[in-house]
Amino acid sequence: MTERKNYTASELLAVMSARILHDGQVVFAGVGVPLLAATLAQRLHAPGLTILFEGGVLGPFVVPGQLPPSTNEQRCTRRANMLLPITDVLLLLQRGYVDVGFMGGAQIDKFGNLNSSYIGDVDNPKIRLPGTGGGNDISSLTQMIVTMKHEKRRFVEKVDFITSPGFIDGGTSRADSGLPTGGMFKVVTDLAMLGFDPQTREMMVEALHPGVTLQQVRDNTGFAIKENGVETTMPPTDRELSVLRVLDPERIYTA
Amino acid sequence: MVKPYQKLREETTARDRSLREKVMSLEEAASMVHDGDQVALGGCTMSRTPIAMIWALIRAGRKDLTVSRSIVSTEGDLLYASGVSKHIVTSWFSQGIVWGISKVMRHYTESGAAKFEEWSHMSMGLRYRAGAMGVPFMPTRSMLGSGVRDVIGDAVQDMTCPFTGEKLLLLPALNPDVALIHVPRADEYGNAHLDGLQFMDIDIAMAAKRVILTTERIISNDQIRRTPDLTKIPFFTVDAVVEVPFGSAPHECYGLYEPFFPHLDAYAKATTRDPVAGVTDYLDRYYREPKTWADYLSLLGMGEMLDAARRGRSIYND
Repeated sequence: MTERKNYTASELLAVMSARILHDGQVVFAGVGVPLLAATLAQRLHAPGLTILFEGGVLGPFVVPGQLPPSTNEQRCTRRANMLLPITDVLLLLQRGYVDVGFMGGAQIDKFGNLNSSYIGDVDNPKIRLPGTGGGNDISSLTQMIVTMKHEKRRFVEKVDFITSPGFIDGGTSRADSGLPTGGMFKVVTDLAMLGFDPQTREMMVEALHPGVTLQQVRDNTGFAIKENGVETTMPPTDRELSVLRVLDPERIYTA
Repeated sequence: MVKPYQKLREETTARDRSLREKVMSLEEAASMVHDGDQVALGGCTMSRTPIAMIWALIRAGRKDLTVSRSIVSTEGDLLYASGVSKHIVTSWFSQGIVWGISKVMRHYTESGAAKFEEWSHMSMGLRYRAGAMGVPFMPTRSMLGSGVRDVIGDAVQDMTCPFTGEKLLLLPALNPDVALIHVPRADEYGNAHLDGLQFMDIDIAMAAKRVILTTERIISNDQIRRTPDLTKIPFFTVDAVVEVPFGSAPHECYGLYEPFFPHLDAYAKATTRDPVAGVTDYLDRYYREPKTWADYLSLLGMGEMLDAARRGRSIYND
């Protein structure tokens, strides 16, 4: 626990997320850590990973040190196979060409529903957040990986507002709502790797990051979280960290 | 909410769709946008934002526009704070993820002074596409079961598919009164190229009742006819062509200039410190005081302009 770590929380998120992306997959990546992690996976173990960006980009290879400020600027298009209108890149999700959607989260609940719209009441919000962007479409139409900081105020029993649906109220409620495909697959935090019970669809701890205890995860989760044969992840390797730092030398997304 | 088909057809029939010259000034083009219009903006986030046209509308004191865009960045702050719009329809609204949540957007929406109507990104696109196709709605499998759908309420409709029995959501067509689109090249008739990312611009142009193009430069119709495959917006959808170099600055225009990062960092800092004073000062300094677009660009500064242009053109280096 007191051991000095040679990586930041965001670097840990990027590395752990990159590891669960496989060569040959088609991944729809949001801006920030997802973009970085997908690019990292391409450079490490998944050169055949196809990235899609919301701005209308199919299969790019982002230049190290030139990470785009959103998924809608020209930096996203480097060495892409195709550029297409926003509506059409999003329709690839509906058509079923995408294996994994991958994005960050502001607030998540035990059924994997995400809120990026309102903190507090919709009619009189304490904080108006930026909104869904493509988040709702991605989470409605494909299997999701979410990466976020593990804090009690972010991991809540029930989100204030469902911007991007996970398993809604658990059980079969997602399919019953008209979303027969997709759903939450993994949540990657700076403390643990989390999955979902195949029946109840409740979030559960699958693995802890080096030096993290189960109690620590429970203390930082706003609901009673279950666990499933908890393992420990391998710490980020020197290679993973060095490639990551070449990609983001100014630490735009990994400060 | 959805324009009746008869009216849509009549409006289109009434337009002069001949191959005619339609080059004009920013001020003349701004007079084609009326108070209360439903206005669609081309581009996305910080790309090909029609900043010069927004600059002209703010200076003209236009008000009560309902503005829609795929994703809204700093131009949304300026539209709210200037009073040009109290109602923005979009999927995401903030300067950009690296700058955090827009304090200006928060100030106006949380106080109830302005409305941010939220749709999913694909829903925005399918609404424009339905408008472009001349159909009243588009079915989708997105937004079901979410709070986003709940807040929109009766503006969307659930449907059971008559072929499969599946649950679908019907999105209403969006046919804007005016579309403002910034492009790298257009001829004097309005045939326009779009380099790189197209965003929702083709659908917006097809859906709208009037289209105002701002363009980095005007090229000849001969040039257009040499490579007609590059024409993405056809002349008969266009009503005005305005030549405005750096017309998206401080945002980007693909292959020509990237965002003016130091300027945008300074804007974020000023509006984070004090949203109202920050954005008001910015509007005075950059939108109201300069006499011409060239004066505005001079304020942005030659150093930033060259840096943004060097980065922008670097996309063609390899």
